[in-house]
Amino acid sequence: MKHVPGAMFGATLGTAVGKAVGSREAPVAGALVVVLVVTSVVNPRFLSDQGRFDLMVAIAITGLMAIGQTFVLVMRHVDLSVGSVLGLSAFISASAVKGQPDGSLLTVLILGLAVGLAAGLVNGLLVAALGLPALVVTLGTLYVFQGVQALLTGGTRINADQLPTSVVRFGVSGGLGIPWLMWVCLAAALVGAVFLRTRRTGRDLYAVGSNPPAARLVGIPVVRRTLLAYAVSGAAAGLAGVLFLARFGGVDSNAGLGYELPVVAACVVGGVNILGGSGTVAGALLGAMLLKTMGVSLSALSVPEFWQQAINGLLLIIAITADRFVFLHRARIAREEAIRLRRAIRLAAERELEVSR
Amino acid sequence: MSRFTWDRAVIVLLVATFAVGAVLDPNFASGSNLGFVIQDIGEIMLIALPMTLLIMTGEIDLSVASTAALAGCVLGWTWRESGSMAVAVVAALATGVVCGSVNGFLVTRLGLGSLAVTIGSLGLYRGLCYALLGDSTVADFPTGWTDLGYSTIPGTSLPYVAPVLVAFAVAFGVLLHLTRTGRWLFAIGQSAEAARFAGIPVARLKFWLFVTTGAVSGLAGIVYDLRFASARPDGALGFELAVIASVLFGGVSIFGGVGTMWGVAGAVLFLGSVRSLLQLRNVPPNALTIVTGGLLLGSVVVPVLAARLQAYREQHASDVPPAAPP
Repeated sequence: MKHVPGAMFGATLGTAVGKAVGSREAPVAGALVVVLVVTSVVNPRFLSDQGRFDLMVAIAITGLMAIGQTFVLVMRHVDLSVGSVLGLSAFISASAVKGQPDGSLLTVLILGLAVGLAAGLVNGLLVAALGLPALVVTLGTLYVFQGVQALLTGGTRINADQLPTSVVRFGVSGGLGIPWLMWVCLAAALVGAVFLRTRRTGRDLYAVGSNPPAARLVGIPVVRRTLLAYAVSGAAAGLAGVLFLARFGGVDSNAGLGYELPVVAACVVGGVNILGGSGTVAGALLGAMLLKTMGVSLSALSVPEFWQQAINGLLLIIAITADRFVFLHRARIAREEAIRLRRAIRLAAERELEVSR
Repeated sequence: MSRFTWDRAVIVLLVATFAVGAVLDPNFASGSNLGFVIQDIGEIMLIALPMTLLIMTGEIDLSVASTAALAGCVLGWTWRESGSMAVAVVAALATGVVCGSVNGFLVTRLGLGSLAVTIGSLGLYRGLCYALLGDSTVADFPTGWTDLGYSTIPGTSLPYVAPVLVAFAVAFGVLLHLTRTGRWLFAIGQSAEAARFAGIPVARLKFWLFVTTGAVSGLAGIVYDLRFASARPDGALGFELAVIASVLFGGVSIFGGVGTMWGVAGAVLFLGSVRSLLQLRNVPPNALTIVTGGLLLGSVVVPVLAARLQAYREQHASDVPPAAPP
C-alpha cells in the first residue's frame, strides 16, 4: 500500500473530529457556546473584558471542585464533604497569614492544599479501609468539618484588610486575559485529565467504578485507589478554599455551605456517571462552565436570577434523561448486532455443512 | 441476649439522654421543654418516615426540603390570591404529590438513578419557590391557623403537631412492619431483581413511595409555614441532609433492606433532645453539628468494628482446640 501522509493525516483528523462530535462532552460544549453567543448578542456587556473575567472567576471554584469530585464519582463513590472542606481550608489558611500584609501566597496555597488533603484522607480511610458507604461517611464528615470550621471561626470573619496583599491580588488579577484562579482550575483539569485518561492508575479508577469485585480479582489495589481518589477530591476542595479566599477577599463560617450538590450536579451534567465507571475531567469542567454561565447569563439577560436554580435542576434532569436514552439506544443496537452476527454464523455453518456433503 | 442492632442502640441512647439530661438540668425533662423539642423536630420527623421506606428500597430523595419549601410557598401564594386557607392547604398538599410523582416517574419509568434525579429536582423545585414568591414572604396567615403551628394543645404542654407525629409514626411503622407491603419493601431492598421475579410490583411500589414522600414533604411544608407564621422561598433550607442523616442514624442501611421505623423515630427524637440538652447547657450551636456528624459516623463505624471484633474472636476461639491432623 502506498504511503500517503496527507490522506492518513486527514483520516486521523476525520476520526478525531468524528469522535469529538460524537462524544458525551460535545452537546455540553455546544450548549455552552449557544448560551455564550445568544447572551452576548442580546447583552454585549456580557462578554466585555470585565464580564469575561467575572464569569471565569465564578467558574473556577466550582470547576476545580468538580474536577476532584470526578475522581470519586467514577469509582462509584461520592464526596459530599467538599463544601465543608472548602470552608475549613479557607479559614485555616487565612488564619495562618492573618494580619501579615506581606504574607506569602505560597504559604496559603500549601496550607489550603494540606488541609484539603488531610480531610480527603479521613474520608478515604473511612470509606476504603473500613468499607463504609461513601454517602453516609461524607455526609457525616460534612457536618463534622463544618462544625470544626464554625468552632474555629467562632462567628468571626476574616476580611480583605487582614489578608496579605498577595492573596487579594491573586483573586483580582490574571495573565493573558485569564484570571489566575481560572489558570489554577485549568492546570488542575489538564493534570487530572491526562492522569485519568492515560495513566494506568487512572484507568484503575474506572475499572473499580465499573465493577468493584472484578477490579479486586484482577489485582487492582482497590483500597489504595479509593484513598487516592478521596485525597484528590479533598485536595481540590482545599485548593478551592484558597481560591474562595482570594475571590471574596475573606471568609466567614458560611463559606462553602451548600456547595456539595451543585458540584455533583456539574459533574453529572458533564456526563460523569453517578453510578461509576464513566465520565471525564473535561466533561465535569464543561458541566461546571455550563451551569455557572447559565446563571451569569440569566442576570445578563435580565431574567430574574432566581430562575437559575430551576433551570440548572432542569438541565441536570435533561442531561441524565438523554444519557439514559442514548444508553438504551446503544444497547438495542448492540443487541441487534449480536442477533445478526449469530444468524450469519449459523448460516455460514449450514452452508459449510452442505458443501461438505 | 439478642443480637446487637443499631436501632436498639438508638433507643438505649435516647433513654440515656433523658436520664442524663434530667440529672444535669431540671429544665430539660420539663413538659414545656419536651413540647419545644417535639415542635423543633416536627418537619424532620414527618419527612424521615416516608424517607425510611424509600431508603429501605435502595432509593433516595434529596428533593424533600425543596418540595416542602415549594408546598409552603404554594400555601402562601394561594392564601394571598384566594383568601381561603382550606384551598391553600389542598393546593400545598397537591404540590407535594406532584413533586413526588415527577421524581417517581423519572426514576421508575425512565429508569434514572434517584440520587442524580433528585439533586436535579432539588434545584428545580427550589427555583420554582423563588419564581412563585420572588424575594417576598407571605406572613399574614390567619392567627387561627398559625396558633396550630406554635401554641400548645390546651391543658397540656404539647404542640398540635405532636398527635400528628404520633399518628404518622404509628401508621408508617404498621405499614413497614405489619403489612404485606412492608415485607415487600424489605424484599425489594434486599434484592430488587429477586423481588421482581417473585412477582412483587417493584416499579409501582417505588413510584408510590416517591409520591408518598412528596405528599408528606408537602405536609411538612405546611407545618413549617404555620410554625414560623410565614411562607418564604428559602424555607426548610438544607433539611434534606438532616432528614437523611436521621434516617441513617436510626439504623437504616443506605443499601436498603435493613432498618426499623422505631429506630428512625427514636433517632429523630434523640438528635432533637441532644440538641436541646446542649443548648440548655450553653454548648455553642457549632458543637452540635460536630455531634450530629460524629454520631452519624459512629452509627456506621461501630457496627462494622463490632462485626470485625466478633469475627476476630470467633477465629481465635476456633484456634484454641487445634485441628487434629488428618
